[in-house]
Amino acid sequence: MIEYWNPLVERMPVDELEKLQEKKLRNLVDYVYNHSDFYKKRFDDAGVKPEDIQTLDDLKKLPFTYKSDLRDTYPTGMFCVPNEQLVRFHVSSGTTGKPTVVGYTRNDINEWSTSLARALTSIGVGRGDVIQVSYGYGLFTGGLGLHYGAEEAGVTVLPTSSGNTEKQLDLMRDLGTSVMACTPSYFLFMNEVANNMGVSINDDTKLRVGIFGAEPWSEEMRARIEEATGIKAYDVYGTSELSGPLCTECQYQDGIHIWGDQFLIEVIDPVTGEQLGEGERGELVITTLAKEALPLIRYRIGDITVINKEPCKCGRTHPRIMRVLGRADDMLIVRGINVFPGQVESVLMTIPEVGEHFMIVVDRVNELDTMTIQIEMTDEAFSDKVNDIIALEKKVQAALKNVLNLAVKVELVEQGTIPRSMGKAKKVMDNRKL
Amino acid sequence: MPQDITSNRIAGVNMEEKIIKQISLFAENKPGRLANIAANFRKAGINIRAFTIAEAGDFGIIRMVVDRPDAAHEVLHDAGFTVSETSVLGIEMEDVPGGLGKIADVLGDRDINIDYAYAFVTKTEKALLILRVSDIEAAIEVLHGAGIKLIDMADIQEI
Repeated sequence: MIEYWNPLVERMPVDELEKLQEKKLRNLVDYVYNHSDFYKKRFDDAGVKPEDIQTLDDLKKLPFTYKSDLRDTYPTGMFCVPNEQLVRFHVSSGTTGKPTVVGYTRNDINEWSTSLARALTSIGVGRGDVIQVSYGYGLFTGGLGLHYGAEEAGVTVLPTSSGNTEKQLDLMRDLGTSVMACTPSYFLFMNEVANNMGVSINDDTKLRVGIFGAEPWSEEMRARIEEATGIKAYDVYGTSELSGPLCTECQYQDGIHIWGDQFLIEVIDPVTGEQLGEGERGELVITTLAKEALPLIRYRIGDITVINKEPCKCGRTHPRIMRVLGRADDMLIVRGINVFPGQVESVLMTIPEVGEHFMIVVDRVNELDTMTIQIEMTDEAFSDKVNDIIALEKKVQAALKNVLNLAVKVELVEQGTIPRSMGKAKKVMDNRKL
Repeated sequence: MPQDITSNRIAGVNMEEKIIKQISLFAENKPGRLANIAANFRKAGINIRAFTIAEAGDFGIIRMVVDRPDAAHEVLHDAGFTVSETSVLGIEMEDVPGGLGKIADVLGDRDINIDYAYAFVTKTEKALLILRVSDIEAAIEVLHGAGIKLIDMADIQEI
């Protein structure tokens, strides 16, 4: 039987859902225009008035907002409520520039938790489960976001935060963790540590579900995780500007349900800004329909994906985004060809001899871009015949060439030499001095 | 003589005794890798009997015959190396012209391919040849049949 957190909303007929979205969009445009000097000026500059926006089709008349807007108005210049109405701040790491601040009203926290409670229910997680939240707690939204969402859904929370892997594994066994929330690369690292401790996640723990996100990962990586540890691995989507981790796939693992009563999604051509149709790959743009403190209008989130509006087997009518393939700004341009690190990962994971750990190194030699994929040699793939190893390198090279349309160098390296990460895995080293 | 499966003996040769466990490991071609291996062996009291590096650009494969292969495997694995045990043959070479040619002929006649080979000299000034072949059991059988002396793992420990 399929369970729903809120069946009335989650199974709402599409036309009703769109009517609700239209109504919420009209209210939102009115609200931001009258509560934020930033949005008023942005609309005025674009020559758009709130009354111009009546239907969902009018959405494309609205100007975009960007991550840089949040930085430029640091700390709270885009907020629509006075600070005393906020119950929390989160601050993004600022690895790509100045930090950005997100504020939450009581309602914002509630909507966020509701979103996650629906998501957790859709993967069969609820009362009786123990969730180990190994996303970082603190300024980062991952830890506290999942924490509140899981509590809302009636799940028992074990707030380990990140790090201290051996202790995490001890607690996992001692307290019967059934759900793990962390980055997929950290989970693989945990599994490695568990194996070294003589612990099998499959046999020695109650773990059955993983909620993995905060970095792009592939279908093939999911297959590996599921096979190695016997759990079901689900993708979670969200970002601090939208509150934090928000939505997951349902039990059918076929795209992430984005709750239509909370968000409007479109995909655009990252270069021209033109709206693309359903099924076309492009940059995801999100408009928040339920946020009070920091509503976002056509926010250029930067992730590359495809929208699927087909009703899902699970009965939910809300649109889905297919697996995020990378970020528009992670895109590498190598000898004029666009390369997403996620594509490289997808190819590597189809080759059984290749392990989880790799690094893309881009350099420029004599005015020519070079791309080298470093891959760790595994015990299984090792042959003591030089020809076998060269054949493996060639096999990987050919598979990458086939997908990327780019000649790359493949370099096998010793085990354990590619840095392991506790948080977001760093998979690209761009050494070009441009 | 018919094959006696229980003792794995063909034509009077004990197969298992003639198979030598060689340690092979994957190493990036960069400074300090050999020193690291040597330090690990010194600590564990493992002696290297024969040693060769097959170098291929960015990486190399180090192949070694040691007195205690299982211990060597464990030590290197624990030190984080990608390491395997490979079955090879050790042949005591006659110090006469045509010695190597005879071995190659015997194997070639049976369509057994030599994947790689390396040689070393013992304290008793005998030349020993280490061979990896495409079909080790067939190789033992034909080499033995041709009167070529194969050395045992026990001989390796005493060299």
